[in-house]
Amino acid sequence: MGMGIRERIAKRAAKELKDGMIVNLGIGIPSLIPNFLPKGMRIMFQAENGILGMGESPDKGKEDANLCNAAGYPVTIVDGASYFDSATAFAMIRKGLIDVTVLGGLQVSEQGDLANWMVPGKRVPGVGGGMELAQKTKKVIVVMSHVSKDGEPKIVTECSLPLTARQCVHLIITDQAVIEVTKEGLLLTEVMAPYNVEDVVANTGAFLQIAPSLKRIE
Amino acid sequence: MMVAGNEYGKIVSIEYAIDKVMDGCTLMVGGFGGVGSPPTLLQEVFDKGVEQLTLICNDTAFPHIGVGPLVKEGRVKKAIVSHIGSNPIAGSLFQEGKMEVEFSPQGILIERIRAGGAGLGGILVDIGMDHEWLSKGKPIVEVDGKRFLLERPLTADVSLVYAKKADPFGNLVYGKSARNTNPLVAMAGNITIAEVGEIVPLGELNPEEIVTPGIFVHYIVKSRGVNWKWAWE
Repeated sequence: MGMGIRERIAKRAAKELKDGMIVNLGIGIPSLIPNFLPKGMRIMFQAENGILGMGESPDKGKEDANLCNAAGYPVTIVDGASYFDSATAFAMIRKGLIDVTVLGGLQVSEQGDLANWMVPGKRVPGVGGGMELAQKTKKVIVVMSHVSKDGEPKIVTECSLPLTARQCVHLIITDQAVIEVTKEGLLLTEVMAPYNVEDVVANTGAFLQIAPSLKRIE
Repeated sequence: MMVAGNEYGKIVSIEYAIDKVMDGCTLMVGGFGGVGSPPTLLQEVFDKGVEQLTLICNDTAFPHIGVGPLVKEGRVKKAIVSHIGSNPIAGSLFQEGKMEVEFSPQGILIERIRAGGAGLGGILVDIGMDHEWLSKGKPIVEVDGKRFLLERPLTADVSLVYAKKADPFGNLVYGKSARNTNPLVAMAGNITIAEVGEIVPLGELNPEEIVTPGIFVHYIVKSRGVNWKWAWE
């Protein structure tokens, strides 16, 4: 995915965040989301290494090696921020105190099952904190490319890869579409230009209901 | 300015402290992606040439940062970690069967360490219950109709932590997000060695600000500072 596409996905995901929320962002595309939030919106960003209240990236030369996010990259803090150990960070997560998490994905099923941590025999990086975030966060948003590098659908009837968590995903945002996971199955709510509904249906490996209020995003 | 004394005999040379780190021991190390890992102690452990280690750490860091070099040079027989994604050499060693890896979800790993440090027999969790690897060999416990996995506590022969400040009793204050796993790792070591940026006289730390009470810390050594380049530099 080119930079433009990654940013477009991040921009759309930013619209899901509301004033007053507690939010944990995964690495990759999710980390771009703060760039697209309206000025003055009060969001407490949590990092599972032990920060609540992360701010913008520091200017070059102003980095503090002891103030980093969970991916090891320098951050700043906002007024009202706190530091704590990582057991406390995961207490917040497991107790269900995080309003939204935005994670990357390898596969999402029509039930909202998420696979995002390993490809057996190829890539086994370990699950990190993804399993707890996916299972325990109030709203789980997955941002990813709609199809794999080989052109295979990543939204499928059943995940073939090992699961991170079952029935945890609420919303999928890709370079082609926005899809809600509902009790009645997957609901296509937005299509991203230049793709049309037919493209999205053809590139999805599960049944899609089309929302009556379907929007096209230019 | 008052100079710190050594009233409790805990302030020792680095050589003396790492004498406790031996071939085949279980070594627990604080830090998260290398941030908050003790650079001087890890360098000395590396130079000493110990091998066949069982390493317990949040992750295997980057190849040149934190515990990364120990992993990269094949000194680790088994790693108990939450991920190895930032250290591709760890991935290769694991795939080639040269290093055993026990994965634990991140928050479960740190809670197992906390349990070890808190004298508990285990913890009950509902994470990874239906995962073939993560649930393998772990008893299922039913409490009030809810099912949980029993996860075992973790302790270590030696724990290595990094703090911003210590006093001679070993009371520790950490620096920002470099606190991360250190307070838990400090509790779980049979011997805990704290590498610190500064040693202040007894009484100088405000008791309200102490994160790790010195009872958990056996030895204190002065840090020579970070000797690696960060991934973002």
